[in-house]
Amino acid sequence: MMTDRRRLLGIVIGLLCISLLAIAWALSAGNVPVSPAKLVGALFGSAEGMEADVIRHLRLPRAVAVFVSGGLLATAGALMQVLLRNPLADPYVLGISGGAAVGALAAMLAGLAPWLVDGAAFAGALTAMLVVFGLAHGDGSWTQTRLLLTGVIVAAGCGAVITLMLALAPDTRLQSMLFWLMGDASGASRPWPALAVLIAGFALVMPFARDLNVLARGELAARALGVRVERLRYLLYGLASLFTAVSVTLVGSVGFVGLVVPHLVRFVVGNDQRVLVPAALLAGGTLLTVADTAARTVMAPVQLPVGVLTAMIGVPVFLFLLSRHPRGTMGA
Amino acid sequence: MIHGASPQSDPAQPRLADAQASGAGGADEPLLEADGLALRVGERWLCCEFSLRLGPGECLVLLGPNGAGKTTLLHTLAGLRAPTVGAVRLAGKPYAQWEAGEAARFRGLLGQQQPDHFSSTVLETVLVGRHPHLGRWGWEGAEDHAAARAALAAVGLAGMEARDILTLSGGERQRVAIAALLAQAPRLFLLDEPTNHLDLRYQIAVLELFARLAREGHGVVMVLHDLALAARFADHVILLDGRGGVTAGARDAVLRPELLSRAFDHPIRRIEADGNVLFMPE
Repeated sequence: MMTDRRRLLGIVIGLLCISLLAIAWALSAGNVPVSPAKLVGALFGSAEGMEADVIRHLRLPRAVAVFVSGGLLATAGALMQVLLRNPLADPYVLGISGGAAVGALAAMLAGLAPWLVDGAAFAGALTAMLVVFGLAHGDGSWTQTRLLLTGVIVAAGCGAVITLMLALAPDTRLQSMLFWLMGDASGASRPWPALAVLIAGFALVMPFARDLNVLARGELAARALGVRVERLRYLLYGLASLFTAVSVTLVGSVGFVGLVVPHLVRFVVGNDQRVLVPAALLAGGTLLTVADTAARTVMAPVQLPVGVLTAMIGVPVFLFLLSRHPRGTMGA
Repeated sequence: MIHGASPQSDPAQPRLADAQASGAGGADEPLLEADGLALRVGERWLCCEFSLRLGPGECLVLLGPNGAGKTTLLHTLAGLRAPTVGAVRLAGKPYAQWEAGEAARFRGLLGQQQPDHFSSTVLETVLVGRHPHLGRWGWEGAEDHAAARAALAAVGLAGMEARDILTLSGGERQRVAIAALLAQAPRLFLLDEPTNHLDLRYQIAVLELFARLAREGHGVVMVLHDLALAARFADHVILLDGRGGVTAGARDAVLRPELLSRAFDHPIRRIEADGNVLFMPE
């Protein structure tokens, strides 16, 4: 029925409006408040002066970075939940954030430049992804239980290395390392490649959105219904891993968004992946943008780690929605 | 060429192809054929070489003890795993030559279990069966919704469209899965224990439904555990004995107490009452 497509359009337009409002708030809030008129002038006109500079060179890159990261994490979480057919799956469950953290913290410990820290984080994430994939795929079979177990074990190993590095770190570096682990967008100045990854990945997965609905019914049913399950799993694993790696490189391992946003969205729009994936992308971006803006304004000039705020906003909203739903909505 | 097969793998025993040659629909193109099929899992042979040919209007029942390989055989017939030896053809064409979506419009499989991890409405779950009929960007249209609602009505679930599948009873969930298969609308139905979780009334209703579909020209292959239901609904039976032996043939040639007793490793008596056949374990 056409009503389904119209419903998708309505949800996407509604979430886009909310997303733009969140970004507008992120651009105007701060210790240099900016009026809406000046905001438009700085973005689209040729306004000069300190306010325009603050918006163009500080707030805009940061707002885009957190929005893109939130979108990447929520989309990766939604894909991981279908891939692993587990409601508790999130983008970090397969050890990708652990690998990124090991890379980033090692670079920080060595006192490398920020761009090298980013590079080390990305390399760590890709290494963890390849290790998990190689081990889980070793004998050719590829069950989600094996993948999940391998990922959890690699994540645990990374956790031990992270703890060791924190214990050995000198006090001068400890705070920035802890902030990185909690998620910190203050250094995010080059968000545009991540935006390109988000758009390209989204365009790649949407043609398979109905296949995801079928895969959620179980591998056997999906294969009997003509879904090429192996190819689809490679796509899901590759995209979810890449999204996670890019996000962690950009803003550190912000927790909570990737697990909870897909569930929040599922409560509201249902479990049709054709609606869920775009809605999760926009909702994740919005949540992280709001959380980051709050993180740098509520206790200004002190900046809080954004990961704390995502949990503080998300947990009550999530529990409220959960309490309104009868049993079983979270899955088995 | 299969070694270690059981004494029952006698080459003289009736094959479905022979048994079926004189039956109704024999002139039609077969929906499903298997030639010299043998399956091995690990080091164990599940069945020795046998052949079958299923035409429109026919119902084949797979019987055998737990772990004998009925599900493996059914999945092989569905083209979801390659036979160790031999070939399977769907409408005269090996599965390798079928495009996956095209095959899904021709044959449908009811799995033994319905693994649910996320909530979803009954209607959405049944609409998943329409997947092979839709294009890459297609959304379910009015006729898909009509097919899904008709399928739900056929299994006695009309009015349950908005229920969450995670809140259903086992029998209701099984009927939702059957409705999804009906919405898929294949020519050939492959059913793994379709009566799972169903109460007596719905066991008969569901099997009657597939018997009617068979009379209308569909093919049905199903795994059953109830010998009396097999006797009532099967045209042909394949009996796996769990030791690699296969007896395949017309219903009455296979559903013999001595063959069943040997396959299930338990004495079984055949009783006739009011024209129906019952099998009673001693």
